[in-house]
Amino acid sequence: MPDFNISVREQNGVVIIDTDGYLNNVGGEIIASECYSQVDKGKKDFILNLEKSPVVNSIGVSIIIEIIEKLQDVNGSLSYFNLAPIVDKTFSIMGLTKYSTIYTNEAEALKNLT
Amino acid sequence: MKKLNPTVELTIPVLPDMELLATQTSAAVAKHMSLDEEKTAEINMALSEACINAFEHSGSNSDIEIHFKISDDRLIIQVTDSGKGFDKSKVDIPNIEEKISSEHKRGWGLKLIEELMDTVQFESSEDGTTVTMTKNK
Repeated sequence: MPDFNISVREQNGVVIIDTDGYLNNVGGEIIASECYSQVDKGKKDFILNLEKSPVVNSIGVSIIIEIIEKLQDVNGSLSYFNLAPIVDKTFSIMGLTKYSTIYTNEAEALKNLT
Repeated sequence: MKKLNPTVELTIPVLPDMELLATQTSAAVAKHMSLDEEKTAEINMALSEACINAFEHSGSNSDIEIHFKISDDRLIIQVTDSGKGFDKSKVDIPNIEEKISSEHKRGWGLKLIEELMDTVQFESSEDGTTVTMTKNK
């Protein structure tokens, strides 16, 4: 089974999660668990760096939708950068871009969130 | 002598992440056909979703059969399970406005397959389902 790992850092109050691996149900749950833990600590804005997750499936992305819903409850936000073209396309087809934002790179994401 | 319209056959068990085995094969077939990166990625994603649908919804633990039919102008992929079948007309088309506040966030596979491939057909009965997907070269 493929591994999925995250590393978490913070900049100007924004939580940046670097993912590594197949974003399936397991990967999605790992991201969600981290986000909810951070929300409990008062964090509201999150950015996912998906550079090392060029393969996703709809179940993993469905969990991302769940995270977006949870963040709406705290007036928070979810953004992404470094998406593979097919991941970008998948997010667009599923409509995530109506409720979250895709940025080209980390600097652009942080500029708009801080 | 070059074989006309060769077919690659793959059988995968219903086990976690076996869709990745299918996409390794589709990537190799796409490379053989000199398809570009964008089309290859779309094929891989659609095939992955078709396999996951078979895993999750067929109600069967029997192996999934995949046929890659190569021709000069297109790739045809057939994914066949031997599950209980389904009525596509009763499958709701998902939209984010409803999903964002729904308990059930999943159910995107068919939409993704239809958006990513050029043609998609479903044949389903109580003996199983075959999804036939085409990507033009």
